[in-house]
Order: sequence, then structure tokens, then C-alpha cells
Amino acid sequence: MSKRETDEITGVETTGHEWDGIKELDNPLPRWWLWMFWAGVAYAIVYWVLMPAWPGVSGYTKGMMGHSDRAQVAQQLEALQQVRGEGAAQLTNATLQEIEADPDLQQYALAVGQSVFGDNCATCHGIGGAGAKGYPNLLDDIWLWDGTLDGIHHTLQVGVRSGAEGARFSKMPAFGRDQLLTSAQINDLTELVLVLSRQDGDREAADRARPIFAEQCVSCHGPAGLGDQTQGAPNLTDGEWLYGASREEIRTQIWSGRNGVMPAWAGRFDDETLKALAVYVHANAGGR
Amino acid sequence: MKTIWNKHVVLERRSILLTVAILLVVSVGGLVEIAPLFYLESTIEKVKGVRPYTPLELAGRDIYIREGCYNCHSQMIRPLRDEVERYGHYSLAAESMYDHPFQWGSKRTGPDLARVGGKYSDDWHRDHLIDPRSVVPESVMPPYAFLSGRELELDDVQAKLAAMTKVGVPYTQDMIDNARTDLMTQADPFAPARDLKGRYGEAVLQRDFDGDPARLTEMDALIAYMQMLGTLVDFSTYEAEAPENLR
Repeated sequence: MSKRETDEITGVETTGHEWDGIKELDNPLPRWWLWMFWAGVAYAIVYWVLMPAWPGVSGYTKGMMGHSDRAQVAQQLEALQQVRGEGAAQLTNATLQEIEADPDLQQYALAVGQSVFGDNCATCHGIGGAGAKGYPNLLDDIWLWDGTLDGIHHTLQVGVRSGAEGARFSKMPAFGRDQLLTSAQINDLTELVLVLSRQDGDREAADRARPIFAEQCVSCHGPAGLGDQTQGAPNLTDGEWLYGASREEIRTQIWSGRNGVMPAWAGRFDDETLKALAVYVHANAGGR
Repeated sequence: MKTIWNKHVVLERRSILLTVAILLVVSVGGLVEIAPLFYLESTIEKVKGVRPYTPLELAGRDIYIREGCYNCHSQMIRPLRDEVERYGHYSLAAESMYDHPFQWGSKRTGPDLARVGGKYSDDWHRDHLIDPRSVVPESVMPPYAFLSGRELELDDVQAKLAAMTKVGVPYTQDMIDNARTDLMTQADPFAPARDLKGRYGEAVLQRDFDGDPARLTEMDALIAYMQMLGTLVDFSTYEAEAPENLR
């Protein structure tokens, strides 16, 4: 069985194994392959020594370099903070108004704000901030809630109907779904809202709806429908609509009262990011 | 050359012996790699706040898996600077300890969802699932509008929880018995929630998730699941450098 011999045709020695008359030439492995193999083995041993590798009974070998992914990412984030350092520190120490008044600092805040906005806010408010149906447009100077610099900053922190403590909150009732008004009354109200917003509404029906409006709507939207920012009630006369301007869409909103939610961002962003974002949004909306 | 290597014939000529020897060699690798996972503390760290899914969230998770969401969305934020900057604190092993199967991954056609909970509103999730491009014009995600038309299957809720206990999720008998009630309670903002919150914690989100209070749909379940993803651990008090977390 184990008889090495020299193969006549190639002149190479066989391994000496023979299986049913088939023999195997004992050619050496290619040198390059063999060196790669030994280099791989050597690399593995060095790696075991330097890096966390082998599990043991009560832990694992930590390696001489003391590497830890968690420590590394903490370091990298700290380094990032260093890079941002001066600008971030200035944002932290300045008030919102001071940031806006200082052109260099404002530019810095706008750059930070833009990148954070793109990653977090654009999903609802759109890449440029123009909003969509159900998601407010941030480019005009029409605000549901306080649109001053401090007001925007506050909204960013606590959100709207977010469930966070101190969140901005208001509730448009579902007058139809919850049977607070009849279908006919809602039809009339719809016409009144159309008339208030100088659209083509049925004036007779609108007049019928005035007592209902006085009873149900004025506490938030005001006697003339001009809205109230302290309770997030939209102005019904300005031609800007969150849920659509058409007769059908206005009726739907009175009927089932959608109430949008904006998350609170205070836990997700640090203070200087929130400030930068407030400055960015304020500037986009014309800065008034 | 008379060495031990020449004894190979003893193994090679006896197939049973060879099989046994192969099993022995292969099991060494398995033992070294797998066995420590069952006793090393760093692989089974417990983190405060992590709890099993509520029945509604579990139903949502099943829909998430059924629809193959994991094909495009991972739920694992790696400890890398860029990921932490974008998605938030890196994922902890404990955060998926009740996931069977886990939803980790590296295939991201869409963004990572490990911390999507609370990032967007319920309305946004509904609009986005019905027509992704209505809110994200550049999205390539397919629409899942049918979810809001499908009533949530309620008959197998208890069985789902019971099945999870078989793989180690610590649902109590109380949780299993009340699974159906808990599920309905969570999706109804006006239902008394004391028992539900007693079983699953005060932070459980209770509301009408899909904006259609008249019906309990698969959309309710999926949004309920997504809105709690990554929200269980309070990272303002979690210390990555604490000795029990730095192992």
C-alpha cells in the first residue's frame, strides 16, 4: 500500500498510495501558495495576541491593544466633537438671537441645520421644507404655532401632540364622526369656510352655518376665522391649507378632524443642534 | 518515513471510524465558537427597560417579517461613527434579546429601522406605507396600502405568545391568557389600560395607530411595532463605559 515509486512518464515520485490501480503524483504545492498559507497562519497568531480573540471560562482574551468597538466609537464621536468644537461651543453659549445676529455664526448654524434637516425633517416637510398635504410648509411665514425664533425652538424641543411633556397640544374635533353635528350642518359649515377663505361657497348655506360657527368654532379659530397661534388653530382666511382647499377636503377635515403629530426632538438632538435647526427653519421661512 | 501520518490507513479504510473522527474534529470548532455564548456575560448582558413585545407589537412584527421588510431594512446600528451620527446610539445585544428571529443585517436598500420608533408620526407611517412617494419622492419602496384594508387576525394571538415562550421569551401565563384583551386595549385610546401597562410597563404606547378607529387592521399592528423600535432603553442613563456594560 505505502510504496513510493517514481512515475515513468513524468519522472515524479508518487505518494505511495494506490486505490484500485490509481496512483497519485507527489507534486509539491506551488511555493507562492505555501508562503501565503504560512503567512496567513502567522497573521492569525499575531492577531490573537493583539486583538480580542479567544473565549475562555469567565471571559475572553482582551488582546494587548485593548481594542473595543464601543470605546473606539466613543473616541471617534469625541474627536468629531473636537472638530466641531469651536462652532459648537459658540452655539451652546449664544442665544438664538445672538446666533442670528452674527453672520459667521449664523452661516455655521445654517450649515448644521441644513444637514440635520435633510436627515430628519425632510421626510415629512420635504427636502426644501415646502411640506405636503398634512405636513406644514415651512417656507412661508404662515405658522400654526408660534413662528418666532424662540417659538420654533420650543416646537422643535417638545413637538406637537407628541406625548412629550409640555408638548404643544390642540385638538380639532371630529364633528361628523363623533356625531357632534349633523351631516347637513357640516355641509353648511363647509360652505362658510369656503366663503371665509374667499372661495366659491354657497352664501345662503354659509349664513345658515354662522350660529354653528359661533358656537363650535370661534373658541379656537376666532370670530372672523383668523385662527389663534397660542392654540395652534389655523387661520381659515389665508388661503393656506394643511389638509387641502377643496370643498371635499375641507368637509373631510370638519367631519373627521385629523390632528397631525410632530415628534419631540429634545431627546434625539443635543442643544446646539436644536438651536442650529431653529435658526435654519426660521431663516428659511423669511426670518420674521 | 515511519511516522504517525502513515497510520492514516487505519482511519481511511474504516468508514464508521472515519465518520466518528470527523465528527470529533468538527465539534471542536463548534464548541469553541458556540459554547461560550451560553455563559459569557458580555453576550447575555441585561439592560434596563428591555421587555417582551406586547401582543399588538408582536402581531406587527409578524407582518413585518411576512412582508419581507428585512430584505431592505436592517435593525442593527453598528458601533461606527457615521451610523451613530445618523441613526442614534448603536444597538445593544439586549435590545433584540426577545427577537425570534432577529432582524439584524447589513443589506440596506432602505434606512436602518432599529431606532425608528418615535422619529415620525403615526400619520406619516400610514401615508408612507400607503404610498411611499407621497412623502418621500425619491423612495423606491413598494406601497403597502392593502395593510389598512386587512382586519388583524386575532384568533392566534395567544398561540403566538405561547410559541415565543418555547424559545425563551418570558411571557407569563397572565400575559398569554390576556393577550387578546391587551391587543385590543393597546389599539383603543379610550380603553382602560391599567392591566396592559401593569403587564408591559407604563411606557407602552396606547392609541389608534392607523387613524381608523372603527377597525383594527394590520396597519395598526405594524405601526405600533415600528413606533416602539429602539425606544425601550433610556440612553440618557445608560453608561456604555460602566463595568457591567464594558465587557
